[in-house]
Amino acid sequence: MAQTDQSLKKPLRIAELVLLLVSVVIGSGAYMLSGLGMDQTIDANYWVQFGVMLALAVIFHIVLRLRAPFADQYILPLALTLNGLGLAMIHRLDLVPPGDASANNQLLWTALSIIIAMAIVWAIRDYRNMRRFTYVWLLASALLLILPFLPFIGMEIYGARIWVNLGIGSFQPGEVAKLTLAIFFASYLSANRDLILLAGKKVGPLTFPRMQDLGPLVVAWLVAMGVLIFQRDLGSAVLFFGLFMAVIYLATSRLSWIILGFGAAAVGAVIAASLFPHVQARIDGWLNAFDMDMIYAEHGSHQIVQGLFGLASGGFFGSGLGEGRPDMVFAANSDMIIASFGEELGLIGLAAILLTFFLLITRIMRIGLSARDAFGKLLAGGLGCAMAIQIFVVVGGVLRVIPLTGLTTPFMAAGGSSLLANWMIMGLVLLISHTANRPVQSGPMVNASGFGAGVGDPGQPVGAGERE
Amino acid sequence: MNESIRYAWYGIVTIFVVLLGAASYIQVIGADDLRTHEANTRELYKQFGGPRGPILVEGEPIAESVPSDSTSFDYQRVYHDPAMYSGITGFYSLNYGQTGLEQRLNEWLSGTSDDLFVERIRQQLTGEENPGASVELTIEQAAQQAAFDALPEGMQASAIISEPDTGRILAMASRPSYDTNKLAVHSTTEASANMDELVESGVSPYNNQPTYERPYPGSTFKLIDAIAMLESGEYTPGGSVNIPNELPLPQAPDNPITNFRGGICDQRGSAEFTWVFAQSCNTPFSQAAMDMGQDQILDVAERFGFNDDSLNIPLSVNTSHFPTEDIADATLAQSVLGQVDVQATALQMNMVAAGIANDGTVMTPQMVDSVRGPELNLLEETQPEVYSEAISEETADQMTTMMQEVVQSGTAMPARSSIPIAAKTGTADIGTTGKVNSWITGFAPADDPQVAVTLVYQNTDYSVGSQLTATNLKTIVEAVVEQ
Repeated sequence: MAQTDQSLKKPLRIAELVLLLVSVVIGSGAYMLSGLGMDQTIDANYWVQFGVMLALAVIFHIVLRLRAPFADQYILPLALTLNGLGLAMIHRLDLVPPGDASANNQLLWTALSIIIAMAIVWAIRDYRNMRRFTYVWLLASALLLILPFLPFIGMEIYGARIWVNLGIGSFQPGEVAKLTLAIFFASYLSANRDLILLAGKKVGPLTFPRMQDLGPLVVAWLVAMGVLIFQRDLGSAVLFFGLFMAVIYLATSRLSWIILGFGAAAVGAVIAASLFPHVQARIDGWLNAFDMDMIYAEHGSHQIVQGLFGLASGGFFGSGLGEGRPDMVFAANSDMIIASFGEELGLIGLAAILLTFFLLITRIMRIGLSARDAFGKLLAGGLGCAMAIQIFVVVGGVLRVIPLTGLTTPFMAAGGSSLLANWMIMGLVLLISHTANRPVQSGPMVNASGFGAGVGDPGQPVGAGERE
Repeated sequence: MNESIRYAWYGIVTIFVVLLGAASYIQVIGADDLRTHEANTRELYKQFGGPRGPILVEGEPIAESVPSDSTSFDYQRVYHDPAMYSGITGFYSLNYGQTGLEQRLNEWLSGTSDDLFVERIRQQLTGEENPGASVELTIEQAAQQAAFDALPEGMQASAIISEPDTGRILAMASRPSYDTNKLAVHSTTEASANMDELVESGVSPYNNQPTYERPYPGSTFKLIDAIAMLESGEYTPGGSVNIPNELPLPQAPDNPITNFRGGICDQRGSAEFTWVFAQSCNTPFSQAAMDMGQDQILDVAERFGFNDDSLNIPLSVNTSHFPTEDIADATLAQSVLGQVDVQATALQMNMVAAGIANDGTVMTPQMVDSVRGPELNLLEETQPEVYSEAISEETADQMTTMMQEVVQSGTAMPARSSIPIAAKTGTADIGTTGKVNSWITGFAPADDPQVAVTLVYQNTDYSVGSQLTATNLKTIVEAVVEQ
């Protein structure tokens, strides 16, 4: 990668452009098929939707060409495909009487989110500047998590206090906190990982870091957990904990700490289950989901069981868009949208969606591999892991692998905050990949030739076999 | 750090493998358990809104599914002449499930029968809908109309017409009836309001009365008694029989058997067996039953279908009852008059008449003529089936002659017609209410039977019921018998 003059030539990003067109056709095609499946005629509105998606794709492509020409070319098409499919399913569910207009709202948020992602790419230029404000990110995360508790703007919906009322609509600041926390963790750990790793105390076979080195992380984690417990948002609590463990592991490679962490989490889960009735209810509804009494209980397993029935009725090929009854499941266009896809697109469609997520996450992890600085590695790796954990929590919940908790399916579920947060993540990841793939010219910090060439962080000797 | 990123990626791979495995299990491997789970209303919705085969009478649908404008349900089940056919078709409702033939033939109509497996695979591949199979009934429109017309509105009554030599049911009607369309509406709130209204008006939409209701058969049960008496060899149609005015019962001396409301029987001390049968005198039958014993009567009754709970035509048939456990003579003496411990469906008494008409051979009653697939390919065709060789041809002939006498000079004289009719009437007291069940069961033409007809009017006044039975038998016979 550290090639010389010829690579100064900016790539034309043809692969991205072609794939973007494919993804817009998939998304808007599914959108139209949903309409046809629900006996609609394809009128101007459908072409407007197509036009908006196409314009967003092309403009983002141009922004990348101008500002981040070396960025990964697969991130954008993969994310846009998922976003487009989500829009199609939301539109299809809108058409169930009495009807709704969530898809228009979602399209608006899609446009806004992609524009903000473009702004991130355009304005930040070098993501490494972000690590200078380590504690600002911690403060921002805390603020975002506290927002729903503030009077007047805080809102409680379905027992979870995680929304704020923006006047024009509700917003879940916790979604964005996922991003700011990841930046904080990556920033703090990239600066302090050596201290944490080396200045530890040895207890038996394990080495434990000093408290003062791990302190800020623990504080950050406790704040997040505490707030989430009071917000009664189990899914986010699991996600934040998972993000925390993932970044620590990425930074230290100490599997033993992770095992200890999950041990502690298991104890915490048992305590939470005995202390909080809503946690207990979730677990009961998971274990005895098919009990008739449990299905019809007030906080019973009706939702998950209906989702499973939908998935089963879809079978291998699915009913086809607009031909099933995904509307029989509560929150079919948000928390349970995966069940809606499974029903109408079948196992084939669901597997394709999961593989699209897998490819997207794999690209993000790859960007982590190719990043030249510890901050970039930890940030990309952390965000990739966070998305994987989020998928596991929400899809695993729908598929009854684990208890169902309320988390959004990235890019797909109806809801602006989730879209915004995930597109912001894409913006950052694209920036990291641009910096990673950019041909290295010269600079005081860079070893430009010989062993370890192109590695931006001199503290990070990289073996020849590991180089990208 | 790259090493830990790689290991984290292996973790991510594991996550997706687990999720794909779970999805495969739910959607394909274990999907059938989920589809058939009792809390799963999804298949119900899918079937309810889907296409469904028609139920046909002489090629014309009495129930069919037509495309609907609703976005949730593609089709609407429509019933034609619902009042006339409600008992047969039953209803198909989202809230209340299916009854009648809609339920019994569901696998054919919905196209889920195993015999349609190849068809389903083809549809799966071509993306076609599964329209279900169509079912042609043995019912004949004119016969059904005649049977239904014989039942006045406001009464509880049943009518059956069958073909003695094949067991084919040509008509099966009942009152009170209702509009099956009202329960097939898409809106569950509307359906439940309609159901409440129906139940309030005294209709029981769950049961087909001719096969479900088991009123006391009254004197129509004397057909069974008479057969047992002829078979015993102690009695012949022309032989003389004593007719006591009162028959004291051993266990109930205060409650003797008497002849029906005094009448003609009390004026003669003895008479020919045929005359006794035609006038339906009670005491000779009770006396004969006590002489012959319970088992004789039970044996004859069971040969005609009493106590058989396996009948399935394919509507389910309630089991007609004659006591199998030993009963006291007094109870037996009353039971053989079609009271106390004897209960019979209209279909059962129709099988008795049809068996006699068919030279003693009872045919299995059947309502389905044929089942055809979506391409009109024949999937199943019903063949006549012998239910039992109930009685000898000789006994059947003797019974036919005696039953003709019932019409010529006995209790069914209003049924006299240019077509020779053989029949037996019955009147059963319902407790001490003063109300009765009025029956008639018979066949025509007596010399070459084409139809066996059974009518029962429940819970009515004697004067009303006894008028309706014989006259309506005649009307029906004249309408359906081809000369």
